[in-house]
Amino acid sequence: MQAVAAEPAFPPLAAFRIDGDAIHAPLAAIAADVQRGRDIVASRDGNCLLCHAIPETGARFMGDIALPLSGVGARLSAAQLRLRVVDQARLNPDTVMPSYYKVDGLHRVAPAFRGRPILSAAQIEDVVAFLQTLK
Amino acid sequence: MRALCMLLLWPLLLAAQTPAPRSGLEFASADVRALQADDFANPGMLWVARGEKLWNTPAGRSATSCAGCHREAPVSMKGVAARYPRFDREAGAVLNLEARIKRCRESRQQAEALPHESEDLLALTAYVAHQSRGQSLVPAKDVASVAARERGREQYFRRQGQMNLACMHCHDRLAGRKLLSDTISEGHGNGYPAYRLEWQALGSLQRRLRACFTGVRAEAPAFGAPELIELELYLVQRAGPLRVETPAVRR
Repeated sequence: MQAVAAEPAFPPLAAFRIDGDAIHAPLAAIAADVQRGRDIVASRDGNCLLCHAIPETGARFMGDIALPLSGVGARLSAAQLRLRVVDQARLNPDTVMPSYYKVDGLHRVAPAFRGRPILSAAQIEDVVAFLQTLK
Repeated sequence: MRALCMLLLWPLLLAAQTPAPRSGLEFASADVRALQADDFANPGMLWVARGEKLWNTPAGRSATSCAGCHREAPVSMKGVAARYPRFDREAGAVLNLEARIKRCRESRQQAEALPHESEDLLALTAYVAHQSRGQSLVPAKDVASVAARERGREQYFRRQGQMNLACMHCHDRLAGRKLLSDTISEGHGNGYPAYRLEWQALGSLQRRLRACFTGVRAEAPAFGAPELIELELYLVQRAGPLRVETPAVRR
């Protein structure tokens, strides 16, 4: 067994408010970037394509576990998309979609990921910006 | 009369509601299935052959081979792997097949311990399990195994890791669907130890289970840990009448 170097501590999660099925305020005060969002969605950071088809990414392989996301930017507002990425389980406790911005209430998380959300607040803002372009 | 008919048909109706378990083989691509079907092409047979050699080679301070006590494996080991994991009185614990072989090696042959996932342990396990190829899995009925299996069942349905997924989410609900380009199977262990193309090697069911833990970003239990044995026990039960395929070939 190789010793695992301690991961740098992750800053506490930003507070957010849920209104109905949406989070209206951005999680991070950044200029969200569509291209960065596209990269996160298609990369191992987001791993979105494992389950969702998003032909707009140009990826060769995409999963069919969850809804294809073409047109999702027309169906849902940025605020609605934000909650679905942050914590889809709030809307459907039975969901298979991981909560991308959550560190509590998880069981047996591997040491390298403990206390860290799947995506940072800034990454989520980039992803939301990209998803909004899927119209 | 009608009531009697209903009563007699009831088990059939129940059976019709629960679809029969499908081996991972059915979710594999045609080339993978062809590789498993042909013993001369199946790379797992190299480990089986190595296991046969080890079975007949004296080892340890006892200078005894497996065959020295168990004689012909095709006779003495037939059906044995299909009944594991199960409670072992001597060990006072539920053991899987690998653990049983390890114990025999250490306490009977008085040979050096075979490390988990070592080529020799995999080879012997594959050779022994291969003698049960075609036999239906038999869930252990002893009290200790039943209790351990219940813990395994709870684990199977418990969300784990940063991805917060239970085994059930993929392998009960999403079998047949694509995770990126990979078809999700029902997660049965009836082909293990199996040759996986991803590994370019034969590996144990525990190795495969640990990969799933890592996949959901959960802390993987160590090889031989009770959690893994418990999970194996539950997997045997849910695999129902599936038959041993060792050495299976998987993606």
